[in-house]
Amino acid sequence: MTATEAPVTAPRRGRRIREVSGLAGWTVLGWVVGIAFFIPVLWMVITAFKPESAAETWPPKFTFSPTLSEFRLVFSGMGPYIEHSAIATIGSTVVVLVLGLPAAYALSIRPVRKWRDTLFFFISTKMLPIVAAIGPLYVIALKTHLLDSIWLLIILYAAMNLPLAVWMLRSFMLEVPGEMLEAARLDGAGRVREITEVIMPVVLPGLVSTALICVIFAWNELFLALNLTVTNAATMPMFLISSVPQEGLYIAHLSAAATVASVPVIIVGWIAQRSLVRGLAMGAIK
Amino acid sequence: MAVLEDVTSPAAAGLRPRRASQRERWQRRLPLLPALIYTIVVTQVPFLVTLWYSFQNYFWNQPGGATWAGVANYKEVFTDPNFRAALVRSVTMTAIAVIVAMFLGVLLALLLDRKFLGRGVVRTLLITPFLIMPAAAALIWSGPMLDPNFGLLNWLLEPFGVHHVAWLTTHAYGSVIVVMVWEWTPFMTLIVLAGLQGQAQDILEAAKVDGASAWATFRELTLPHLRPYIELGILLGSIYLVNVFDQVRLMTNGGPGTSTTTLPFYLYQQLDYAFNVGGTAAAGVVTVILTIIIASFALRMFARVFQFEEAK
Repeated sequence: MTATEAPVTAPRRGRRIREVSGLAGWTVLGWVVGIAFFIPVLWMVITAFKPESAAETWPPKFTFSPTLSEFRLVFSGMGPYIEHSAIATIGSTVVVLVLGLPAAYALSIRPVRKWRDTLFFFISTKMLPIVAAIGPLYVIALKTHLLDSIWLLIILYAAMNLPLAVWMLRSFMLEVPGEMLEAARLDGAGRVREITEVIMPVVLPGLVSTALICVIFAWNELFLALNLTVTNAATMPMFLISSVPQEGLYIAHLSAAATVASVPVIIVGWIAQRSLVRGLAMGAIK
Repeated sequence: MAVLEDVTSPAAAGLRPRRASQRERWQRRLPLLPALIYTIVVTQVPFLVTLWYSFQNYFWNQPGGATWAGVANYKEVFTDPNFRAALVRSVTMTAIAVIVAMFLGVLLALLLDRKFLGRGVVRTLLITPFLIMPAAAALIWSGPMLDPNFGLLNWLLEPFGVHHVAWLTTHAYGSVIVVMVWEWTPFMTLIVLAGLQGQAQDILEAAKVDGASAWATFRELTLPHLRPYIELGILLGSIYLVNVFDQVRLMTNGGPGTSTTTLPFYLYQQLDYAFNVGGTAAAGVVTVILTIIIASFALRMFARVFQFEEAK
């Protein structure tokens, strides 16, 4: 190494070292934080594979012979519950999209005069605490013979998710460039072609993330199901609660049930996380 | 900044509502009506019925149905110290949880905005608490995580001198808030992260070239840019967290005593254990009126955000 080279390479090497160590530092920090947040979920899954006798020990056991027996028990009992959950979730999401898409259109692309007030009205219904009306809801359901029926859950979950969906769909529709609509109109495209050929392709990713948010909230809902259903429409969260017995060891069984109940939404959320981020942010800002 | 452009008014030429004929106006309104009518019927009618029952003397378990009670139910609500306590508890728990979750959310979003190895995986791990079923989360926290005899948390904290703490008996209030924060921090992170990624890079570069410190850049440039995202994260978080029921019901059942009885749980108890439809309805009406007062402030905040966007 000659004297002339040294001043050039040393700072460069210094910067490179700083960069690498910086990257390493952020990587370590990122992983520590990520794992810290994930530990309860991981522990749930680990416990689900334990035999009951290994689930309630001190210190907690990390080595054990994994068993599927709790899962088998869970699967044998959850049939009707998962069916009700799937029907209520998919049914309410379909209702939300069928009602929400035209509404979002009327609030963005060809807006009604009071679009702002209307949007505020939709949002404001989310602020009314549903618990406040649970007694009367029960009475109404009883009188209309909808108590303990899957239709009741579909109707209520759709109403619960509709405001957020209208809001998100509207913000995605605002993404449709005005020139594209203008051009389609100049081409003589009718309203139907305008919707199918110009708007839908732009809005489709937004539609997916909106549907996803609705699915998450509907699948996970407990309060209404607990108060308004018994057996004919009991959903997965209720199955989960019923897996906690009054006595005896149940932690492994509970963990298996919680894992099975949560996994569908977690996997869907993981796969669609990009559109989820986008959907939340757009829904939040626009 | 694409996220923020043209956000409020559908400003594209020719798309603004013009002075339109009656017919044209109804054509515009038509697609809106099904959703509007549906929302009014399903969300407003139960509240009207609530209003009616709040003036009735009506218990599930007593024969004879409802009788007129005047304002007796309201008198009871306003003199019931448990109602007031539940109200205060709901407000403080929601406020603490939302603020802590947002604070952590900003930190985590700043972390995820940096490049590091496995960032995508870390983000995937981080969003999971938001996706997990709240009932499952509540049961997992109260059993495998927080149990005094075999809970993982006590084991993790043992090196720090923690020995078999019965979290849900001795620190019930804090434990419920921890779980609320755990579930909602990812949500806040996602919203703030979207805000960070919409920030103009050239301005940040310019600040760096000008020799601004990282903290000054964050305070003077990033934070003002994030403000609408943070405000809306807080708003959405509050809407959902003030209604939190699953965690209270499944972790502490409102106890010990009434130390974690939030308003939703109080109403649930009135109905399910006391069978008091009239009283619950009156408490519900009071809750709704209070919510409307708070929400109108919140909506004003919305309006401000809209103006903020338009001013850009």
